[in-house]
Amino acid sequence: MAFNGRQQDGDVEEDETPSKLPRCNKEMPAGRSSNEPQNEAAASAGRAASERRSSNSTARLRKDSVKKTRPPFPWFGMDIGGTLVKLVYFEPKDITAEEEQEEVENLKSIRRYLTSNTAYGTTGIRDVHLELQDLTLCGRTGNLHFIRFPTHDLPAFLQMGRNKHFSSLHTTLCATGGGAFKFESDFLTMADLELHKLDELDCLVRGVLYIDSVMSSGPLECYYFENPTDPDQCAEKPYALENPYPLLLVNIGSGVSILAVYSENNYKRVTGTSLGGGTFLGLCCLLTGCSTFEEALEMASQGESTRVDKLVRDIYGGDYERFGLPGWAVASSFGNMMSKEKRESVSKEDLARATLVTITNNIGSITRMCALNENIERVVFVGNFLRVNTLSMKLLAYAMDYWSKGQLKALFLRHEGYFGAVGALLELLHPS
Amino acid sequence: MAECGRVDSNTSGHTMDKSITLPPDEIFRNLENAKRFAIDIGGSLTKLAYYSTVQHKVAKVRSFDHSTKEAASDKLYEIAVQEEVTARLHFIKFENAYIETCLDFIKDHLVNTETKVIKATGGGAHKFKELIERKLGLKVDKEDEMTCLIKGCNFVLKNIPHEAFVYARHADSEFRFQTTNPDIFPYLLVNIGSGVSIVKVESEDKFERIGGSSIGGGTFWGLGALLTKTKRFDELLQLASKGQHSSVDMLVKDIYGGSYACLGLTGDLIASSFGKSATADKEFSKEDMAKSLLHMISNDIGQLACLYAKLHNLSRVYFGGFFIRGHPVTMHTITYSINFFTKGEVQALFLRHEGYLGAIGAFLKGAEEDNPNQYSWGENYAGSSGLMSVSPDMNPMQRARSGTFDMLEMDRLERQLVNLPLLQDASSYIPDTVDLTEDAQAREYWLYCFEEALDGVVKRAVASQPDIPEAAERAEKFRQKYRHKLQTLRHQPFAYGSLTVRSLLDTREHCLNEFNFPDPYSKIKERENDVALKYYQKAVKSLDELSWEDRQFAIVKGVLAGNVFDWGAKAVSEVLESNPEFGFEEAKRRLEERPWLVDSFDQWLERLKGPPHRCALFFVDNSGVDIILGVMPFVRELLSRGTEVVLASNSGPALNDVTNSELQILTERIAAMDPVIKSALREDRLTLVQSGSSSPCLDLSRLDKVLAMVVRERQTDLVIIEGMGRAIHTNYYAMLSCESLKMAVIKNSWLADRLGGKLFSVVFKYEVPAGKAH
Repeated sequence: MAFNGRQQDGDVEEDETPSKLPRCNKEMPAGRSSNEPQNEAAASAGRAASERRSSNSTARLRKDSVKKTRPPFPWFGMDIGGTLVKLVYFEPKDITAEEEQEEVENLKSIRRYLTSNTAYGTTGIRDVHLELQDLTLCGRTGNLHFIRFPTHDLPAFLQMGRNKHFSSLHTTLCATGGGAFKFESDFLTMADLELHKLDELDCLVRGVLYIDSVMSSGPLECYYFENPTDPDQCAEKPYALENPYPLLLVNIGSGVSILAVYSENNYKRVTGTSLGGGTFLGLCCLLTGCSTFEEALEMASQGESTRVDKLVRDIYGGDYERFGLPGWAVASSFGNMMSKEKRESVSKEDLARATLVTITNNIGSITRMCALNENIERVVFVGNFLRVNTLSMKLLAYAMDYWSKGQLKALFLRHEGYFGAVGALLELLHPS
Repeated sequence: MAECGRVDSNTSGHTMDKSITLPPDEIFRNLENAKRFAIDIGGSLTKLAYYSTVQHKVAKVRSFDHSTKEAASDKLYEIAVQEEVTARLHFIKFENAYIETCLDFIKDHLVNTETKVIKATGGGAHKFKELIERKLGLKVDKEDEMTCLIKGCNFVLKNIPHEAFVYARHADSEFRFQTTNPDIFPYLLVNIGSGVSIVKVESEDKFERIGGSSIGGGTFWGLGALLTKTKRFDELLQLASKGQHSSVDMLVKDIYGGSYACLGLTGDLIASSFGKSATADKEFSKEDMAKSLLHMISNDIGQLACLYAKLHNLSRVYFGGFFIRGHPVTMHTITYSINFFTKGEVQALFLRHEGYLGAIGAFLKGAEEDNPNQYSWGENYAGSSGLMSVSPDMNPMQRARSGTFDMLEMDRLERQLVNLPLLQDASSYIPDTVDLTEDAQAREYWLYCFEEALDGVVKRAVASQPDIPEAAERAEKFRQKYRHKLQTLRHQPFAYGSLTVRSLLDTREHCLNEFNFPDPYSKIKERENDVALKYYQKAVKSLDELSWEDRQFAIVKGVLAGNVFDWGAKAVSEVLESNPEFGFEEAKRRLEERPWLVDSFDQWLERLKGPPHRCALFFVDNSGVDIILGVMPFVRELLSRGTEVVLASNSGPALNDVTNSELQILTERIAAMDPVIKSALREDRLTLVQSGSSSPCLDLSRLDKVLAMVVRERQTDLVIIEGMGRAIHTNYYAMLSCESLKMAVIKNSWLADRLGGKLFSVVFKYEVPAGKAH
């Protein structure tokens, strides 16, 4: 999303708190007995004090009521973006024999189809490495699967839903992202499905905080790059996102949204930019004739952006000391392409690399300005632009560190683009 | 980035075109005396600056020597036309392709040999260093580009009224000029060259590059060239202005199906630039891609500028650089972006002489020993091309490479100009009553009016120099020049800032001066002064015979009747020319009966019954009957009440307005007849000051520094402004911090109509600022 946002209304959100995240937290952590109060407290470490005070009896009471209100399977959360559809699916592993018998054929077939494949059709992919196993959700234990496919293949997905008689399951399909609104009627007419539409930023924030909390026991969800300014020493390191607030959350999808998160329920969209992942891919397609993100990234990894960009040293012969600009800094993105001769001498790989560097650095500099304006020192970058895109992540880590003189820390999350979908799933289980 | 778009030779390497369409001596003027050269070579344009002196004729009025007074009894004073040398800055902008031709021309015509060094700046300076040194024999001395840019920016903001403007493409007038704020600091300058530099300027010498971006004009050009195979920057902009970005960009509605209402994002906003081109099987038009690219870059720059403005708490943001330079397309997209990101809190400001900043700055660096910042400078309308004179967007027939030269000339003013200290709010003061840039109907009328009057002006100019045979030829040149200016203004009313009756009058004065008609009315003024003086005593005597109350009314009526005598107004000049006997009494009879169109005479009379004012500042208008029989009796009454009077008159001639030097002589002559005036002069209760202006109108924000000092010292508590030019065309709405009196007779039926009156309607506007009533 390109543009300026609103301030989340704190008062209204406060009232909704009990039904939101904390409850999930308390029940979730994998490999833990969910009704042990000490674990509950541990799981919510760093949460607001008022939430920590909730008594054991209320927790138990709540659990009983959860059982009653627990939605029927299947459990999906969906995020329909401008470029990609992100789908999370909870596969229950604690199905009793009784349940197994009751389970309708349709449901079984959907479960089998999703869990036994890692690719669906020509474009659907399950990110197996992201799968969260032995997760407890609403008292059920199972695995959380992460699936994505291009938004333009949504009709095929709907067709599949129709073929598998998805609508007979009478499930609520929680969906977020712009597509939830745009394709609402298609869901109804093509697959006889009614969508429960959710705000994408609400889902995003909820998803990020949830995933981070459930990952706190295993390999950490959050990581950063140590020594970002030294290419030889630069290394990925886990980061415990305890006491995460305030936090700048930068979601890089087709476009970019920048949120300032002050607490679970208090966040605002600071700004956004239309120069995002869609721009990278769109320009790469036009400049190099490639057609996929992976292709574009592959080319970028082999190119040299300094042949395309005009650097400070190209203009001043070295550093521009008067203004503290190092010679290696880009003075003008694509600046060398003003010259016909140079246009003819660059490769597609160089162009792809320059596009990546341009878009990434621009996101970095807008983020840095927002962090300064909002007085926030920690920045978490998410979104599918960063998927398999270590180049951009390292660039962002470098840019944050260098231009802020070490003041800003760039953080990344393993489930990059799936937080909106996770937030949508949580909404299904714990309606706010 | 600081660099203003240096481009490799092959980008701008079109064949050297050596023909110059204008005669070079009309471009590089006053080269004989030129010194202190500076040059700013950008990616495609070269800007040359030099300081020169102009010799032109001025009319000087001199009192006759007392010993020879008897001999010259029929003459009031001596009018001598003298040669005067004034300082002028010349700035010329031309395509880089002409550099060699231009350097050759300069070399051939440069007489001054003191010059050893040429200051140079701009990305292309080093590329042409050798050529310049070889051709001109001057040592090229490089100056930091950003420093030059800022110096130039400060200079134009301080010295050129209406320098900055807001651009609104779909408004009635695209350009909304900003009033000159006496306090120009702090501000943000966003220079969009091949990259972007964001500079915070806090004072004359203190500035800091607080940020920038690599996505700038070079990105538009470079990426645009790759995407569209279009090589020229201008052509890319042309493409962009024809394209539809929505076929390339992913809009909010492409994702949401409509708006994203809860965030207030409308469906047409761009969610992802080039988001729709992420496909291998679709073709996109050049125009659409160029448009999308333009939006992407403009939005991005606008967003960063806003973030920096917010962080540093700055609200004045100027945009410059080759990306902006006179291109309505980019001014529009940047303005749009700034409006969007700040919700209207910050306005994107542009500069009329943005292209010259580097050259002006480099020149100032080289001229530091002349202390150019110590003086006030004025834009010479006769010698300056005006905004967009060479913009291909404005004149589609005129491609940028047509060899059109753009010029800016600035005159060093003899006097340093400052604000009138009695303005209620100097930063919001607007001298002009009607902005003709915005009022198409009024513009139409006044342009017609000035064109109609041109014959008469030419005739009078010739008549003012009866002994000079080539006067007719010069007058003809004047006619052509001024007519051309009027034609330009008809199509580009924004060329010199807001178009006003004042700017039309001033342009005419500048053109007259340019062709050595410094004072076409000198003889007429003399004759009228002479006639009026003969009636002075009689007029005063008849006033003295009246009762106090009747006298107050008669005095005011006298000023108004005197003001009818005005050669500047068409209706009156016709009457005066056909009937020279048209007398003072006749004028009184022609005046509108009370109640006048604007009539606060009763309040004024009440006020006069109270304590006298400490000091009155009186801005006078015409010579002859007006000053002698109208103003002087008024002044005399004020003096008698115990009020000190400061008479402010023009420093230089304009129409038949009385000049300071004429008024000196007239006052002496009156003093000889009138003991009241005589003692007031001797006791320094009556002071004559010059306004610093040579205009028939009055800009209270640019007045002689001495005047401001006197006003302050004497604790002036009343300002009187007389005449149509000073009290109607300008200052009608001016708010002063003390009592003020504006008096004028409307001698133009169109204007009278507009104001709801008729010919010879009277404006008598007495105002007391809130909280200052006696």
